[in-house]
Order: sequence, then C-alpha cells, then structure tokens
Amino acid sequence: MMDGHVPAFDLARVRADFPILSERIRGKPFTFLDSGASAQKPRQVIDAMVRMMETRYANVHRGAYFMSEQATAMYEAARAAVARFLNAGSDSEIVFTKSSTEAINLVAHGYGRGVMKPGQAVVISEMEHHANIVPWQMLRHAQGIELRVARITDAGELDMDDLAAKLADGRVGLVAITHMSNVLGTVTPVERIVRMGHEQGAKVLLDGSQAAVHRRVDVQALDADFYVFTGHKLYGPTGIGVLYAKADLLNAMPPFLGGGDMIAEVTFARSIWAPIPAKFEAGTPPIIEAIGLHAAIDYVTAIGMAAIEAHERALVDRAMATLPHVEGLTLLGGAQDRGGVFAFALDTAHAHDIATLLDRVGIAVRSGRHCAEPLHARFRVDSTCRASFGLYTSPEEVDLLAEALRQARGFFA
Amino acid sequence: MTDLFGDLRDLYQEVILDHGRKPRNFRRLDDATLTSRGDNPMCGDRMELFLKTAPDGVIEDAAFQGRGCAISMASASLMTETVKGKSPAQAREMGEKFRILAMTGTCPECGADIAEEMERLTPLSGVHEFPSRVKCATLAWHTLNAALDGAKEASSE
Repeated sequence: MMDGHVPAFDLARVRADFPILSERIRGKPFTFLDSGASAQKPRQVIDAMVRMMETRYANVHRGAYFMSEQATAMYEAARAAVARFLNAGSDSEIVFTKSSTEAINLVAHGYGRGVMKPGQAVVISEMEHHANIVPWQMLRHAQGIELRVARITDAGELDMDDLAAKLADGRVGLVAITHMSNVLGTVTPVERIVRMGHEQGAKVLLDGSQAAVHRRVDVQALDADFYVFTGHKLYGPTGIGVLYAKADLLNAMPPFLGGGDMIAEVTFARSIWAPIPAKFEAGTPPIIEAIGLHAAIDYVTAIGMAAIEAHERALVDRAMATLPHVEGLTLLGGAQDRGGVFAFALDTAHAHDIATLLDRVGIAVRSGRHCAEPLHARFRVDSTCRASFGLYTSPEEVDLLAEALRQARGFFA
Repeated sequence: MTDLFGDLRDLYQEVILDHGRKPRNFRRLDDATLTSRGDNPMCGDRMELFLKTAPDGVIEDAAFQGRGCAISMASASLMTETVKGKSPAQAREMGEKFRILAMTGTCPECGADIAEEMERLTPLSGVHEFPSRVKCATLAWHTLNAALDGAKEASSE
C-alpha cells in the first residue's frame, strides 16, 4: 500500500450499495462473477444520474442560461474528478469518449495516422483485447505502419526480452499494451514497459480497462503517454470512456471526429479547432454518463483504492487456493502479479456447458473467447470460462464457484 | 454439498450427454460430394460437415468433424443420423421443424410423416429455455443448409 495503511473494508455495506445483488435467479442468490465484462452499479451512481436528469439537465457548453451553466459545471467537474483519479497533470489532458475502444481508436487516428510516419511500427502483445488489436491492424492497412506482437510466456506474463527485441531497431512509434489482461488477470510491469518504450523513442499507451478498476493509477508517476479506461467496468454507466494523453500529444494530434463543440471558428472555407480537450469531443458528449462516472469515482475513492485492492487480493488468494484443486480444471496463465480474473477450462465439459450449469445456480460467468481470440489461439484452447471479481465479490462466492465446478465436472464425466 | 444441477437433466438428457461424449458419424467422408464449415464465432463451436449424395440428390451418407459444446456436438450427431436417406427437400424441412422445436420446445406442425425423425431430435427441445444456447443446437442444421446450397461457410450468429 502506498501509505502503509489500509482503511477498513466493510463488505456487507458495500454489497448493500448494489441493488442488483439482492436479485434472485431462479430462487438462488445472484452470484455475479462477470465484472470484467461490465460491473454492477451502486445506488450512488444510479442516484447521481437520476438526480441530474431531474434537477440539472441541459446541453453543455452551449447555453447562456442557468441549467446549461449548471450542467456544464457538473460535466467539467467530472473531468476534474477523472484527472484527480489518474493524477493527470491537467484537466485538459482528459478526453471523454464513449468507451476504451473509442479512446484507442482516437489514438490510432490522431497519433497513428496524424503523427506517425510510414515505416514506423506499433508494438502490442499477444494478450491484448480485440480493442487493442483491431485499430492497429486498421492503421497498418491505411498507413503502412508495421504491427509487431510481443510474445507472452506460458505463465501468461509479458516476455520482456521479446518486447526489448521488438523495440530494438528504434522504428517503433508506439507501444500499446494492456495494464491488466482481461483473460489471464496478468498485471503487466507498466513502469518498465514505459521506460523501455521511451528509451527507444516510442510513446506508450496503456489499456487500463481492467486495471484502473482494481488499483490506483498515477499516470504522471508512470510517465504514460496515453492511458485509457472505461466507465462501465468501474461501477459507472456504459457509454463513457476516458482517454488520458499528455497535453503536447493532444495538441499535436488532429481531431478524430468533426462537428460541434470541437471548433473555435467555422466558415465554409475552413474551421479552426478548439483547444484541447474540446478538440476531441465533437457533438453532444455523454453528459449524464460523465456525471455517473464522477459518482463512481467518488464511490471507489471513498472506499479507497488501497482497501479495494486488499480485498481483491484476498479473493485472488482464495481462488488460487481452491480453483487449481478442482480436478480436471486448467487455469490459463498463472502470472505472479495478477488481479481477480480467472480463465479456465474443464476436461469433461465445454465452456458453454459449464456456463449453463453455473447459471442454473445463479452464478454468472463469461464463456467464449472474451474478445481475445488470438490469446486463446496462443494457448491452443477453443474457448474458456472466465470468472472475474469486483469489489462486492465475497469469499463465499469464490468457494461456491469452486464447488459448482467440481460438481459440473462430475455432471459431464 | 447438495446436488446443484439435478434439475438440469431436462436440458442435458442422457441422450445428449451420450451423443456429446461419443458423437456418431464423427469422421471425414473422403468421397463427400458436398461439404460445408459451420462456425459459431461467439462460442467457439466449429464443425465441418460432409455429405455424400446420390445423382438424384438423396443424402446417402452424412458425417462431421469439429469441436464444441455438448449441445452442438450432440445436435450434429443426431442430425447426421436423421438426414441419411432423405432428399434435400426433406432434410431442409426437418431442419426448419427442428428450429421451431429448439426455439419453442414443441412442434405442433410436425406431421405423422416425420414423427419418427422428430422424436429422435426431441431430447434437444430443452434448449428453448436457454435462449443463448439455441444457436448451439441449430449450428449443425445451418451447416447442412449451407452444404445443400453449395456454400462453404455457415454461421449461426
């Protein structure tokens, strides 16, 4: 922990904040182990969004009247909250998007097409989500940018020697790597990745879609050039994502989308872009969603990211003490530094059959390839089940998962 | 702990578990006249279907290879057993009726002429309670249609 002190974590109180957790599935408690896909929402987030719509809603940056000024102040306060959450140097370095995916596409467009030159390369890794693969493939096709894929080890950790080799010729313009794998749970050594990228003249983008939910992120300490995350995995609403980028990069990048709010001046001859971050926020932004994200950030920071991390660390330890002992179960990867995401296969049953069985007892897991098909190919598995934890996950739920998997194996044996 | 999954025997009847574990006609047909690949991209179910047809189109032999969940494997296994000896029109008709069975659990329009075949497929009717699994059951029949159409690929997405 950063300050050596972990605040108390009251699981029962946290769970009571999430109305959906009291739903029952076919008479059974709802055991939600799919937070890695999208997290549930606390009452505080739901209320903040409703309250805004009921009392303070109008379009932002447009109206010279009370409601619009109020809404604008709230929207910009959300930006300031995100900046504090990531410890960004300035609010203007926070761009709201609709998702992490859009944030990465914005960088592929603005930095990839706008700043990088043909002949340069982008380095990703074998454990990326499709959102951090496909935009770079599109860039490669459009621009003559080479795409390099750094290998991972059988333990599911980034192969740092291979990353160094991929960077060695100095032609890499950008390294784009996940901060935490959405399949393996691996937390990557981001400080080292950033340093290695910078030493070879590359900028570094970190996909924090999973990581930002589970541990404190300090983009200045990391010296990350780009950092992306999404609201809905952080107990906030869908439809809002965040791009952090250093101001000099945002200033150098051309806009992504054109439209209202991103211009300083428009004539039919030409338009002059608005200053950052407005330059990258064309059209009416996700206003209510930004207010929801602000409430979500307030919610997790009030609990404390250190307390959340400690709670989830205990869940990971519990899972590691039980899941590997389920006969016939194979875990994908096994990184030293990992978060609460576990992809696994059973010898007697296909992932979808397992998911159907677990659903019968109210347990929600994801099954399939989790938007990471190349990673499944890397481990030579067609599909896996994935259990992923949130701050409301209880040790008893982890135990129930292990017992249900034990019985599921027997069911199909 | 108590038996968590007892009530799932409706979906996973013994016939399905048996066909899922030991699919019938699970082989490549080297003298196939029609083949097609079926893919369920979200799930990772994949199969390749081989049909050997007579000059008049009648399906003389059917076989498949692939990987997938118990439902998709059992459905493919049962499908290959069912369509042997059928004309393309009869096979398509059965596929259409099977889709109704998989989606609703019953087939009021299934006449006496195909009663025997539909009875063979009835163990799969339990999928209608599991909307996300219906396409596992219908993948084999999509693939069959694609093969009969002369298409190389079928998807149940």
